[in-house]
Amino acid sequence: MTLTQAQSPPRPGASGRLVGKPIDRVDGGAKTSGAARYAAEYPYPGLAYAALVHSTVARGRITGIETAGAAAVPGVLAVITHENAPAMKPAPPMSVLNLSSLATGTRVNYLNTDEVHWNGQPVAVVVAETQDAALHAATLVRVTYEEFAATVGFTAEEPNAKPQKSDMLQSGSASKGDAEAALAAAPVSVDLRFTTPQHNHNAIEPHATTAVWDGDRLTVHEGTQNVAWVRDHLAARFGIPAGSIRVISPYVGGAFGGKTMVWAGTILTVLAARVTGRPVRMMLTREGVYRTVGGRTPSAQRVALGAGADGRLTSLIHTSVTQVGRVGGGPEQVTSQSRHLYDAGAILVRQSLVELDTLSNTIMRAPGESIGTFALEAAVDELAYKLDLDPIEFRMRNEPERNPIDGKRFAHRMLREAYALGAERFGWSARTPEPGSMRDGRWLVGMGVASAYHPSWQLPANVTVRLSADGTVLVRCGFHEMGMGGATAQAQIAADALGVPFEAVRVEYGDSVLPTGPGAGGSGQTASVAASLLTACEKLKRSMLALARRSSGSPLRGRRLNGLRARDGGLWTEPGPGETYAAILARAGRPHLEVAVGSDTRVGAMVGQARFMAKFLRDRRRWMKAACGAQFCEVRVDPDTGEVRVSRWVGAFDVGTVINAKTAAAQLRGGIVMGIGMALSEETLVDPRNGRIMNPGLGEYHVPVHADIPPIDVCYLGDPDPTMPLGLIGVGEVGITGVAAAIANAVHHATGRRVRDLPITLDKLL
Amino acid sequence: MVDVQLRVNGTIETLDLRPRVSLLDALREHLGLTGTKKGCDQGACGACTVLVDGERINSCLTLAVQYTGRSITTIEGVAGGGEPHPLQTAFIRNDGFQCGYCTSGQICSAIGMLAEHAAGAPSAVTEHLASRAELTDVEIRERMSGNLCRCGAYNGIADAIGEVAAAAAVQEVTETGAVRRGSAAGAARQATTAEAAR
Repeated sequence: MTLTQAQSPPRPGASGRLVGKPIDRVDGGAKTSGAARYAAEYPYPGLAYAALVHSTVARGRITGIETAGAAAVPGVLAVITHENAPAMKPAPPMSVLNLSSLATGTRVNYLNTDEVHWNGQPVAVVVAETQDAALHAATLVRVTYEEFAATVGFTAEEPNAKPQKSDMLQSGSASKGDAEAALAAAPVSVDLRFTTPQHNHNAIEPHATTAVWDGDRLTVHEGTQNVAWVRDHLAARFGIPAGSIRVISPYVGGAFGGKTMVWAGTILTVLAARVTGRPVRMMLTREGVYRTVGGRTPSAQRVALGAGADGRLTSLIHTSVTQVGRVGGGPEQVTSQSRHLYDAGAILVRQSLVELDTLSNTIMRAPGESIGTFALEAAVDELAYKLDLDPIEFRMRNEPERNPIDGKRFAHRMLREAYALGAERFGWSARTPEPGSMRDGRWLVGMGVASAYHPSWQLPANVTVRLSADGTVLVRCGFHEMGMGGATAQAQIAADALGVPFEAVRVEYGDSVLPTGPGAGGSGQTASVAASLLTACEKLKRSMLALARRSSGSPLRGRRLNGLRARDGGLWTEPGPGETYAAILARAGRPHLEVAVGSDTRVGAMVGQARFMAKFLRDRRRWMKAACGAQFCEVRVDPDTGEVRVSRWVGAFDVGTVINAKTAAAQLRGGIVMGIGMALSEETLVDPRNGRIMNPGLGEYHVPVHADIPPIDVCYLGDPDPTMPLGLIGVGEVGITGVAAAIANAVHHATGRRVRDLPITLDKLL
Repeated sequence: MVDVQLRVNGTIETLDLRPRVSLLDALREHLGLTGTKKGCDQGACGACTVLVDGERINSCLTLAVQYTGRSITTIEGVAGGGEPHPLQTAFIRNDGFQCGYCTSGQICSAIGMLAEHAAGAPSAVTEHLASRAELTDVEIRERMSGNLCRCGAYNGIADAIGEVAAAAAVQEVTETGAVRRGSAAGAARQATTAEAAR
């Protein structure tokens, strides 16, 4: 079991409000010493290694597969292909009534078919005694194909896009009034096309799996954002009960959405272990990650805005085309923010899809809003210039009181305050609006702003909390840690709720044997776990008081919980007597007291899911909940080479209560860094002839490096959202939104050039 | 198969390896030293950075057989005498990581980088190549650009390194009153490696 921190008994007087403090991460020692074990780092006797062979055609049928050369490599244990692989069950049908069915990466039943559905699909797995033998042998497998016509070019297929259907979770279109007519009648307007390329997550840890069968029981070490989904999906594919599978994932080396679905590598490692009867480890090559794990869809977007001379928006139109794979993937909420950001008289949003013979697209940090805010916020800047208005002033004139698309109330919205705070910290008033008017030596200087926006989510979380006689607290919940600092934040919350010191709390997570937690996604994990954890702590204090009241010797006899304060490791009247939890347990002769919120029994899970859906739909009818913010950036552009450098950044956010000032700021900064990459360098290049990714590596897909990232000033308003647990709004995704637009707007301010096609590489500025 | 003798974190290790085994795989898969990470296996991310005789290298781009008799330090060996290396504690204090996967490489790279700087090696952003560059934020970021962090913890990493470098500079001045000298040739060789990794 994962021990996330040293646990020590409470010291008197050591408790106090911990929520909000910049406490160091509890896993810092493990992560800085190399002791933290990731999925490919669990030793097993007899461990074998697997490597994938990828198809080289986009669509077709395997006509021949030559494995003798690979099998002859010393140390090779098996070459598994569609000709000899044991049968697996197909992926379960997707249903919103069974959320784990959404885990399917692609619908292909790998190595159970001779069909090829995308360029890079795994067509064989080599298992060998060593890593190098497996990788070498995989290069020796020869495959011949009957090739079929394939549709792989996003841009070519764009005219054939079909409108996205709405379902319980996602809405494909919405409107208010007649936006096209209002646009035509508007005295000032823009009508613009924006394009964004495919992006890949590029977590530094490649996807890795270690699979160990013991009879019909299976243990899987996997870097994942959802241990329960991996467990349930493997149970469905291998036809064994979910209860026979344990998925362990205490450390995940970055994910960003890319480790949410279950992809080929995971399934085929389990298959390879089944076939060889050995524990098998497979870490995908970097190229293998590109070939078998989906990325963010490319997009083509239209944003048209109309305004009166008074700077009030009369029309807002945002439409998008994105891609899905014929074997999987889903729509992106590209127009999400456009339903909520501006008080336009008429609004039209519509999302359309093309279906291609490519790998499924998948979620990647702020799916939808990251690229949607680029188009919307760049268009808003363009219209502000046409109106001769400061872009912040223009936004403030159109700041809504209620959710623009449907008139719902905002649960919390302080975008005005975020702009005011950010503008002051950034020094926006020093900006001269004329493009090209600011210089620093030979550099052209530009300043840009854009709004950040991301809806907040809350998912079901089952939690147990145990308080032991030595005063220590154990929180158990199968949530996930890929760098957000989840265990640290939840320990802070539990310590405050129970009135014990931070050091007394230990949090166990990242293991499917724990009470089922939320997946790490939608910026919802911290709030989801916190809600259940707070309920559990309340239950625990009630049980503790009930235990104390049974004894005539307790100073708490006859007391009610609402008259007591949890502090100093116990319950106390103010300012009078009370006693420690340890004393209560000792008197009762109990080693510990444990409470649970939520249940993982079959019925309990169904009840939990039904309750979640009911709350989700009820909440959605009542409120619009979201994080928002204002992104300010300064760029320098070399007038001769077109090189763009980001030189300053201020992000001011409305994210409700911040649980840990250090880790929350890190999340927001991390989003901004990824947004800088998206704006200036990141692009997955797909060969339009055959659908093959041409730059499947970090040497050719350029993520930001140290030199690209200036000090980033992140600040937040700290005002709690009254509808969220502790008032907290998730911070994982809002940071990336608005970033690319702020940079594009700053580049325009520096150069007078509008680049509406990401990334803004120097060739587009020359 | 070839016999390879490596001195890893002060211990002599003898391995019987296929000649194509990288130093990275030798450390991770044969010696169980999994603190050194594999991120790309192509020299592009720096997660596999270790120190060889004090110089930073990408262990994925080198064969284990090349390092027979050389002294290798991995993240597991950077702490001394039971005390963590100052960079390890500075990374925690300055939040110089999130997921932790690039962290071993960042720390080993920073140790190597500070030694290069102390030896007088310039970087691509050093204005006057003849004089020792002040280790500004810009210099640190340039010199660390071979180590990618996808979580975007760059600010914290640079702050942690800057803090340790500043403390070391103070100590250097008070203890010796002189600038420490190292092998300029070694530092230059190392700078080339860092460039190639980028």
